[in-house]
Amino acid sequence: MEFVSPEGLRLDGRRPTEMRQIRAELGAVAKADGSAVFEMGNTKVVAAVYGPREVQNRSQLLNDQALVRCEYSMANFSTGDRMRKPKGDRRSTEISLVIRQAMESCIMTHLMPRSQIDIFVQVLQADGGTRSACINAASLALADAGIPMREIVTSCSAGYLNSTPLLDLNYVEDSAGGPDVTVGILPKLDKVTLLQMDSKLPLDIFETVMQLATEGCKAIAKELREILLDNTKQLEFRRGG
Amino acid sequence: MLHTKSFVKKSRAGKITKVVREHYLRDDIYCGASDCKLCDSKDARLTASHASPILVIDTNVVLNQIDLLENPAIEDVVLLSIVLEEVKNKNLSIYNRLRALCNSSKKFFVFSNEHHKDTYVKQMEGETKNDRNDRAIRVAAQWYQTHLSGAARVLLITNDRENKRKAVEEGICAETIESYVKSLGRPDLLDQLVHPSTEDVNMEEVEDLRPSKRKIIYSEHKPMSEITSGLHRGIYHQGKLRVNRYNPFEAYVGSESIGDEIIIYGRSNMNRAFDGDIVAVELLPKDQWHEEKSLAIAEEEDDEEEGVHLVPGSADDAPRTTSQCESETTLASSRPSGRVIGVIKRNWHSYCGSLEPMPLPAGSGGVAHALFVSKDRRVPKIRIQTRQLENLLDKRIIVAVDSWDCLSRYPSGHYVRTIGEIGDRDTETEVVLIENDINSRPFSSQVLACLPPLPWSVSPEDLSNPIRQDLRHLRVFSVDPPGCKDIDDTLHCTALPNGNFEVGVHIADVTNFVHPGTPLDDEASQRGTSVYLVERRIDMLPKPLTEDICSLRADVERLAFSVIWEMTPEADIISTRYTKSVIKSSAALSYIEAQARMDDSRLMDPLTTDLRNMNVLAKIMRQRRIERGALTLASAEVKFQIDTETHDPLDIGMYQIREANQMVEEFMLAANVSVAEKILKEFPLCSLLRRHPTPTREMLEPLLRTAAAVGLNLDVSSSKALADSLDSAVGNDPYFNKLIRILATRCMTQAVYFCSGDLSPPEYLHYGLASPLYTHFTSPIRRYADVIVHRLLAASLGIYKLPTVFQDRPQLTSIADNLNYRHRNAQMASRASVELHTVIFFRKRPTDAEARIVKIRANGFIVFVPKYGIEGPVYLNQKSEKGGGEWFVDEQEQKIKKMDGTLSFSVLQAVNIHLEVVEPQPNRPKLQLTLHI
Ligand SMILES: [Zn+2]
Repeated sequence: MEFVSPEGLRLDGRRPTEMRQIRAELGAVAKADGSAVFEMGNTKVVAAVYGPREVQNRSQLLNDQALVRCEYSMANFSTGDRMRKPKGDRRSTEISLVIRQAMESCIMTHLMPRSQIDIFVQVLQADGGTRSACINAASLALADAGIPMREIVTSCSAGYLNSTPLLDLNYVEDSAGGPDVTVGILPKLDKVTLLQMDSKLPLDIFETVMQLATEGCKAIAKELREILLDNTKQLEFRRGG
Repeated sequence: MLHTKSFVKKSRAGKITKVVREHYLRDDIYCGASDCKLCDSKDARLTASHASPILVIDTNVVLNQIDLLENPAIEDVVLLSIVLEEVKNKNLSIYNRLRALCNSSKKFFVFSNEHHKDTYVKQMEGETKNDRNDRAIRVAAQWYQTHLSGAARVLLITNDRENKRKAVEEGICAETIESYVKSLGRPDLLDQLVHPSTEDVNMEEVEDLRPSKRKIIYSEHKPMSEITSGLHRGIYHQGKLRVNRYNPFEAYVGSESIGDEIIIYGRSNMNRAFDGDIVAVELLPKDQWHEEKSLAIAEEEDDEEEGVHLVPGSADDAPRTTSQCESETTLASSRPSGRVIGVIKRNWHSYCGSLEPMPLPAGSGGVAHALFVSKDRRVPKIRIQTRQLENLLDKRIIVAVDSWDCLSRYPSGHYVRTIGEIGDRDTETEVVLIENDINSRPFSSQVLACLPPLPWSVSPEDLSNPIRQDLRHLRVFSVDPPGCKDIDDTLHCTALPNGNFEVGVHIADVTNFVHPGTPLDDEASQRGTSVYLVERRIDMLPKPLTEDICSLRADVERLAFSVIWEMTPEADIISTRYTKSVIKSSAALSYIEAQARMDDSRLMDPLTTDLRNMNVLAKIMRQRRIERGALTLASAEVKFQIDTETHDPLDIGMYQIREANQMVEEFMLAANVSVAEKILKEFPLCSLLRRHPTPTREMLEPLLRTAAAVGLNLDVSSSKALADSLDSAVGNDPYFNKLIRILATRCMTQAVYFCSGDLSPPEYLHYGLASPLYTHFTSPIRRYADVIVHRLLAASLGIYKLPTVFQDRPQLTSIADNLNYRHRNAQMASRASVELHTVIFFRKRPTDAEARIVKIRANGFIVFVPKYGIEGPVYLNQKSEKGGGEWFVDEQEQKIKKMDGTLSFSVLQAVNIHLEVVEPQPNRPKLQLTLHI
């Protein structure tokens, strides 16, 4: 199938190195200590953060750092077929782990020993790139909760179809079965915290695809920073500064 | 700018889901006019001017008039992405041609109207998809008109009456394709127009049928609904129609539902179906099966006579002519026969040929109706109308089929383009290439981008690569025909201290450069093989690979894939190993040089000693192969000597086979067998092998009949028995044995590639080589099968992973089928090229030659001319007095005798023949054989 027309347009009209439109909103879940809704095109994810708070299960308590827990789920209405999916299936467990590890890399856990931070992420609408969207949403929610972080982690994916590296695959492109590289970075430190790939790629092509995904992460970082800045300004304004 | 499209979609299981897709609208899509002030003109292709308008073309025009669009005169065309999408959904082959046009140097520009912020239209409530798309086309045309206002005229070309009306209402300039082409004033363009079938009626005059006398010639095709239900109930059978290449009045439909081939005799039973069409067939009542056949034979006699052609190399090349006596005796008539009741899918494309000679109509310049005769005999004559008859009569032209009404004897079509003058070498060569579906276009830039940078040489990384063995110290050499530039095989032979020999076959390591899934690999896979014509070669791989990087030339380091044996002096293989290697050939010998070295007893240099040692081994191996029952068949391969400047043939003669040829061949066979064993062991289900089916008794019938007529009894019970009886077939005539072998060769079918998972091991047999397993490994530069086998071998050694296609058996099978098709076409093209040059050669040189009678006919006989490798009919009676002449045929003895008993000719008899090129009709030269008493 033709995913990139000879005119250089993808099925949805983007060019190969263009991302989908990004929207984000902080404080969507009032009860949580911090929350965010993050949208990348039609992929929509909500994240809520509780903590730092007392460790619920004493046996898991860590003396030198905070315990980070993460729960990922997908709303039954998030995909077209609205199937009832059991909670805690393999895929969710895996993604929960991926998100947790990415977040642990940026949270300054040593500042909050003997405490617990819970991150809940739910996919409201899935259209490819859910993993990246979850990480970006979680980053925003953590920032909203005021949890000390080295930096915000951002994530983006890139694929390779019709011999072309493509940034930020949507669902149709993702289900083509081609390689899909998801990268998470700490943009200022220029460190990679997450790297996943489905399928196989020759080494030289892999490098270009990963490079593209990294560029995507940096662009997202810029957007997120602006969103956070805006939000802070508004808070300041409301406080009547 | 973002726009969300949402629509409901029904899945295959019947579930209905709502699908939401993003649809981005952009402001960076440009109009493509080169001097537009508003747009970025980097990729612009259109020239905007008042003189020639910019054409916006509707889908229906593209679908019907693609040949016209391909004409260089049609320029400055805007293709909207919605049009491309509609065309893609309706006809993929036209879509591909359209895309090729956009990539060519023509001024065609694709405008992505669906993603442009001003030209995207949303489907309105109650509007059908079709209406919405029509509106999108109009909106885009309107946009162009305003956008280019003043700078150029914009014309919407549509043949949809409603669309045109609305366009004019909206103030868009719109015209039909007919009126546009007429306004250009070019008669040749008008010829290319496809006319709607209603305009067809007046074309009947070409058949000399007055409108009042129009009658139904073919029965109506059944409607699709009836066909579907008939197929369902098992009264109709579906299959692909294949027309006999040598008898266009006989066709076969392979039907899965009855598990046999249904034979269709005669044009009226074929009912307007073309070769390759998917048809629905109804079986005829059993008692008519025989009758239909004799009817077909009667019809056949009207057909033009058979011409002089090359001696067939196998049963696939041999004309399947039905002689009267055969039809009464063989069982063939008990095979089911049927008639076509409907065509499910047409395989119409364009055909190469020329117009049937006809007088010019009185008032020239007007429209003439002519009959087009295709070079491919399977295709019926095609009626076309032309305004340039005078121009076309002596040309090779391409014609496409448009329709075939049941009221007309012939299908109607339209002129596409002229190739050149009939009989001209370049024209006829192009015809050969087109006829055999051979892609001789230069390689695309994407393919060339896959080549390593030049000049290429073996790198230190190659040498230090652990998978590669350094064999540069070996005395490796190659033996090929003189002037060979694509050297894909080399050999070495070293005497070991223990008295044994180490013998190696080193093959160009093509897969080191051709990686799976690259455009280069796709192209090679499509081409399948290099094609060798008399005066040129059409490569499977680009020239730098073919002649330089892969070619194992002398004195340069090259990468190779090696098979190395340890052999006893009795040529028994003790061990076999396979490795990628680096070699440095010390000599590229021609067959003649190699032979001369071996024969010259004064030469004692190491290379000559190697050659002699190998020759001794090869002779033993060959002997052993023959004892196992391998057939030594003879073919009449012809060699031309070509003038280097004019490319005209200077001399013609049989290809001489020397011991050196046989020596190289023997080791290549051995390497192929060794590799076949290795890959099959490792990949029993997805290996690519080559098999040669055992000929049936029915196939050998012509050989047996001829042999019986000269009192020779052949045992065909096994390949061994046949080989033995061929050996013992020696008459007092020194040429007799060779003649019998040539006759045997043409009874065999050709060997074919197959995927090992598709057949059971006993079927893997290669009959001709008497080898239970065989494959192709030794010519990867010019055969794609060898490329696949190289990958399999590398994977079996654990060097590389097996590419993913090997896990997909249907795809592997289709690759094997394509290779067989390409291989066969390449051979036919080579033969056609030789035939063409034979005619050119004899055009200026009428010659006498000795010939052998190979078959007796009712009005003469077929002779084989050994010196030139051709065969053809010699007529004793004039065609007009057929049957009633002074000659009669004795079928039993295979003799033709004069009534008064003064003269008789029998099969295999030597006769003197006069060869001359004649032109019975203007511009239709052909080689004629006459008896020279
Ligand atoms: Zn413009």
